[in-house]
Amino acid sequence: MEIIIYGIINSVSLALMAVGFTLVYGVSRLPNFAHGAIYILTGYLTWLLMNRLGLNYLFSAIVALGLTGLIGAAMYQLVLIRVRGMPISEIIASYAIGLAILEGLRWGGLKGGTFRLPPFIEGSVNIFGVSVDFQRLFVVVLGATIMGALWLFVNNTKIGLALKGMAQDERAAMTLGIDSDRMAVVATAIGCMLAGVAAIVLLPLGSIVVESGYQVLIMAVAVCIVGGLGSWTGAIMAAFIIGFAQILTVVYFGAHFQVVVALLAIVVTLISRPSGLFGRQKELEERV
Amino acid sequence: MSSEPLLSVQNISKKFGGVLALSGVSLDIFRGDIVGIIGPNGSGKTTLVNAITGFITADSGKVYYQGNDITNWEPHKIAAQGLTRTFQVMRPYFSLPAYKNLIVPLFSPRARRTGGWRGGGKMGSRDTVAVDILEEIGFERDSYVPFKVASSLPTGYLKRLELARCLALRPEVIICDEVFSGLSMSEMATMVPLMEKLQMEGITLIMVEHRLRELFRLAGRVVVLNFGCKIAEGTSDEVMEYPEVKEAYFGSEEVFDYV
Amino acid sequence: MSGPKGDRRKERLDRGIKVRSDGVYAISSWQEITYLIAPRLLLILGLALAPLLLSAFPYWQRVVSIICVYALLAMGFDFLANYVGLVSLGGGFYVGVGAYATALLNTKFGLPPFVTIPLATMLGAMICTVLFLPCLPLRGVYFAIVSLMYPLLAARIIEALDIFGGTDGVLGVDGFANMWVDQYLLVLSVLVLVFVLRRLVEEDIGLVFRGVKDNDQAVKASGININHYKALGVFIASALGCLGGACLTHMYMWAGLSQFALDFSIIPIAATVVGGGGTLIGPVIGCLILVPISEILRDFGSLRIAVYSIILTGFIVFKSEGIMIYAARKYEQFERWVEI
Repeated sequence: MEIIIYGIINSVSLALMAVGFTLVYGVSRLPNFAHGAIYILTGYLTWLLMNRLGLNYLFSAIVALGLTGLIGAAMYQLVLIRVRGMPISEIIASYAIGLAILEGLRWGGLKGGTFRLPPFIEGSVNIFGVSVDFQRLFVVVLGATIMGALWLFVNNTKIGLALKGMAQDERAAMTLGIDSDRMAVVATAIGCMLAGVAAIVLLPLGSIVVESGYQVLIMAVAVCIVGGLGSWTGAIMAAFIIGFAQILTVVYFGAHFQVVVALLAIVVTLISRPSGLFGRQKELEERV
Repeated sequence: MSSEPLLSVQNISKKFGGVLALSGVSLDIFRGDIVGIIGPNGSGKTTLVNAITGFITADSGKVYYQGNDITNWEPHKIAAQGLTRTFQVMRPYFSLPAYKNLIVPLFSPRARRTGGWRGGGKMGSRDTVAVDILEEIGFERDSYVPFKVASSLPTGYLKRLELARCLALRPEVIICDEVFSGLSMSEMATMVPLMEKLQMEGITLIMVEHRLRELFRLAGRVVVLNFGCKIAEGTSDEVMEYPEVKEAYFGSEEVFDYV
Repeated sequence: MSGPKGDRRKERLDRGIKVRSDGVYAISSWQEITYLIAPRLLLILGLALAPLLLSAFPYWQRVVSIICVYALLAMGFDFLANYVGLVSLGGGFYVGVGAYATALLNTKFGLPPFVTIPLATMLGAMICTVLFLPCLPLRGVYFAIVSLMYPLLAARIIEALDIFGGTDGVLGVDGFANMWVDQYLLVLSVLVLVFVLRRLVEEDIGLVFRGVKDNDQAVKASGININHYKALGVFIASALGCLGGACLTHMYMWAGLSQFALDFSIIPIAATVVGGGGTLIGPVIGCLILVPISEILRDFGSLRIAVYSIILTGFIVFKSEGIMIYAARKYEQFERWVEI
């Protein structure tokens, strides 16, 4: 029972971490390797606003999210737009930005366990004999809500539909009058904000440390690769596969192997099925 | 000549997603033939070429070459047997001079064994062999064309360069994927004799074409594909009599203009 | 299309001396010979004399060795990325494998450094190549992501299984007889290998490598197994990395998890971008610039990683050709504005 409940929680956390990454990749074919850095940055900004400016929790979280969105847009507009279409430069540039943010934060004093966000609601509850704290429940609820909201946004709003169109065929979308650069900015901003949301929900479970920035990046990449880059359903399924696999390894082998699972999942998936479990990339590639 | 076909394609099928790109196509090709494969756009011509040469894996069916089952071999192994192909979209190594483009095929195990088309059995310097091959297929050595960077060459020369890459392997069969398309009339006029010369040297040619007039001059036998099925086979006059062929090409100006 | 830049463009013409010295037979004057060999001599003498000139500053002598280790890695990255078309973001993996191989050979079998270094280079390169074999069919982004994961995976596995000394690493590796040995070993390897690699990519086999990068379909259609050549490319690049790792281990008398670290993956990439990819000399020059900067910033801890990430981003965005190509253009051509 414990395995199932914690498996679900872990899987939803992974899905939350990955959803921003897969959105950005899906829309603009841009692997945003600064994803983990943005995650930590949002957490740190929230902490700063709360503890230095004394704002209230909810308000500072919202302001931090707004700032993150702006940073994402700026990152795209100033740097990444110039390397669009060169996949390797995109990876290197976004990875370098992420490194700069993370290592800059580390130098700026973000180390040790002193930086913590308080949980939204204290306490815990008993579900089928397993004690789960409210924050973890909240993660699951919010995760489901965000997925739902995103689905509604993509299928029902004008911007969402434009994003969906771009994800399917960028050139065709351009001929229909969609400004692909502006949409990519929007997508990057939303992707970064999603990373931020994940941070604000998940970080109260631990403390804000630079290392978890790399961890989040690895997890996001793992989920997206296993699910097939740019595929939404794939990403969610992959989050559950990896999530449960991780909990099982922790129970039966030890916590050391948790990251190994994700890394092995990437390597094994790429070697055996480069398009991921649900990706359609390869099939299309073959046709050319 | 033996009655055993050099290349035999049997019942080959390939599906892309839900689209049946090839369904049960069979084809026999004998040594020294020039066979044309025609059909409207999207009829599966290039898919057939890709399936024969191993660039895609067929879902079912067999390909026999010189009596061996080569179905779904890796492309480089098939090429090493002397079954070579050109590409419809030419992508030479643009930054290199034309003759340096031939170094890659001349470096292959097959070319090292055979010496390449004009290598005379024993490989001299690869550069020399490369320039010889290019001169043979119409790159004028005196005018410095073989030494020009590939990105500065016009389409006609790039098509020849594709052909030269096959020739460098001293091939038994060349599958030409639309060598005539995109050429000017004068370029075409020199390409047809080149093909005839290759045939006289004993190279079997399979030509996938849109330009029917030139093809019908060359090809002894023509195969017509439509929606992944073989709808007709025979001499050029014979196939044009098939009602299916007329229907497939109905409204297509090409047929009425050129035939 | 208005404004001062709209109606004119930059025209670039080869300098007379460049044209004259292009053909070997045309060289007739000392001026032309100097023009040809001066930049090459500058690099060779500069690197060869650096340990001597810096003998008053032992700390900076050590930096020369570190520059050389990074230069080996960066050359490997440049070769693999710009001539074979495989972008390997995990340079740390090669260093780590080389380091552990030499450390184990030395401590377990008691072999002296001059046996372990070549042995570890070959052995390590073979191990790397075999481990990378399954990923060779991958292209572009996918290969980059997998190669990024390899060093992380290796470090985690060593940590988790507690093999090879676990988090402590392998201790008690023999050092070099004295400082000059490792310095000149590294400087000479860099110089020789730059020369060898630059020759290699101009040879026929180099053209095959470039073919694999530009158009793998055509190479396949030419009857060549591209995976053989990709494996050979990985072997060459990882041999360079393993050599660096092996020397590093004997320098520090220790092999540990930090040799799989981020530094070894990111500095070579930055050096290649800064120095100019596709030249093979560029990465060496990039290392000559970046490694000292990173040493100066060592007191500031992780700030140095941030600094060269910013330098890297700046170069990728604003000067993606890199220093070497820029300098070569200035050296060989003059520019002028012409009206259009």
